[in-house]
Amino acid sequence: MLDLLTEPWDLVFMQRAFAVAIMASVVCAVVGTFVVLRGMSFIGDAVAHSVFPGVAAAYVLEANLVLGGAAAGIVTALAIAYVSQSRRLKEDAVIGVFFAAAFALGIVLVSTQRSYTGDLASFLFGQILALTDTDVLLVAVVGAVLVAAVLLWRRRLVAVCLDRETAAAAGIAVARLDVLLYLMVAAAIVISVQAVGNILVLALLITPAAAARLLTDRLTPMMLSAAALAAGCTVLGLYLSFWWNLAAGGLIVLVLTSAFALCWLLSPKHGPLPRLRRLLSA
Amino acid sequence: MLSVDKVTVRLDERLILREVTTQVDAKELVGLLGPNGAGKTTLLRTVLGLLRPAAGTVRVADEPVERARHLLGYVPQRHEFAWDFPINVAEAVLHARRIRLGRRPGRADRAAVEHALERVSLAELARRPVGALSGGQRQRVLLARALAVGPRLLLLDEPFTGVDVPTQDLLTHVLSGLRADGVAILMTTHDFASAARLADRIILLNQEVVADGPPDEVRDGTLWLRAFGAPTGLDGVS
Repeated sequence: MLDLLTEPWDLVFMQRAFAVAIMASVVCAVVGTFVVLRGMSFIGDAVAHSVFPGVAAAYVLEANLVLGGAAAGIVTALAIAYVSQSRRLKEDAVIGVFFAAAFALGIVLVSTQRSYTGDLASFLFGQILALTDTDVLLVAVVGAVLVAAVLLWRRRLVAVCLDRETAAAAGIAVARLDVLLYLMVAAAIVISVQAVGNILVLALLITPAAAARLLTDRLTPMMLSAAALAAGCTVLGLYLSFWWNLAAGGLIVLVLTSAFALCWLLSPKHGPLPRLRRLLSA
Repeated sequence: MLSVDKVTVRLDERLILREVTTQVDAKELVGLLGPNGAGKTTLLRTVLGLLRPAAGTVRVADEPVERARHLLGYVPQRHEFAWDFPINVAEAVLHARRIRLGRRPGRADRAAVEHALERVSLAELARRPVGALSGGQRQRVLLARALAVGPRLLLLDEPFTGVDVPTQDLLTHVLSGLRADGVAILMTTHDFASAARLADRIILLNQEVVADGPPDEVRDGTLWLRAFGAPTGLDGVS
């Protein structure tokens, strides 16, 4: 039994996988807390999808895929932030336009290539078993910067969540803070794409924070439990992937989703199980 | 405390306010009345420094708004606040104070929060999540958030709209107390009756100032006709 748990750790590629999965999921959970509380899951989805044309372009130009993805994610984040400041169009309409366009561009770019190889497929579906030491270092550095940024700007991020007008009246640069949050989302997504792939990365951003929200009515416990949940689920997902020899990204997301379902069932206020127990004991 | 001088505001080329001039002194409570779309909220937002007037000036305690933010308390309409945010009543109020003062909360800050909560009779609900509050309690949280910064000028947007009679009575009591303490108060409202009971002066606004005076003077029917475009506002007023 113990061997079953320690065996993956003997392999260097699994060590790297565990390191990146844990770091990326914790960073996503922390940033994702604000994404969930701001109700901007759709923005996360848009930025995640817009990373794809950047990767495709980098692939066509034979440039660094991570940098290409980062550039495209950042450009999309800034474009959404800028366009959504005008209140004529609802934010979600703007985002719908952008992210479909970005994905379409990616597809066209890919179709210029005679065959698209594993390299690109791995970006769509994750490549967590093929990471280098540089990847691990990159995730560690960017992740640390992101967590520090959230802690540093936390008070102001909360102010903008609570009430934009009052925050602006207190002298907070509300629009600039939006851009900051979008950029943090883009960066969190880019460093997590390797773990679960472009399509599933949204789950790292949203699911842990959404599950944690069901458990608590306070911000700090929400953020901490989201991070703990994310780390625990990605580790379990990786173990399952190793034992069963199935796709790591998909398993990580499925474990996270199971945890979310469990949180919903057990949620002290909203869950059906505690409600049933209250009903029976009454 | 507040002086608004010939303020004109345009939004997307549309004229919202035309040469609005008025003032609110310390120890004065002024009601801002007008039909929907008259520019009431726009005037508040201009005073808060959220909108730049196309012409005219706004001064708070003889300073431009940007230099007088610490003197301002703002109570937004209830739907402006994210009630589903995971925060309890005391934290929400403390947070408003921290944002304004920009430092870690000390004993004085906690005392200010406690005082603000007592003032609006929410001390017992201090640990309750804001999402679990009733409409009237929510209105009191917003007021406590504004009071926690110790404002000299208090701006309220529709504080009496959609709250029950006990809450209205409590708001009336709290606002009268603040006025007695020397706070200048400007509040928008739809409801002439409640404004007339409470306010020292009433401004009738419809793009421009139609009338500005004590409630008794503003009761005049022709003024109402000009402000609201219809005499309907007179029902139960005169």
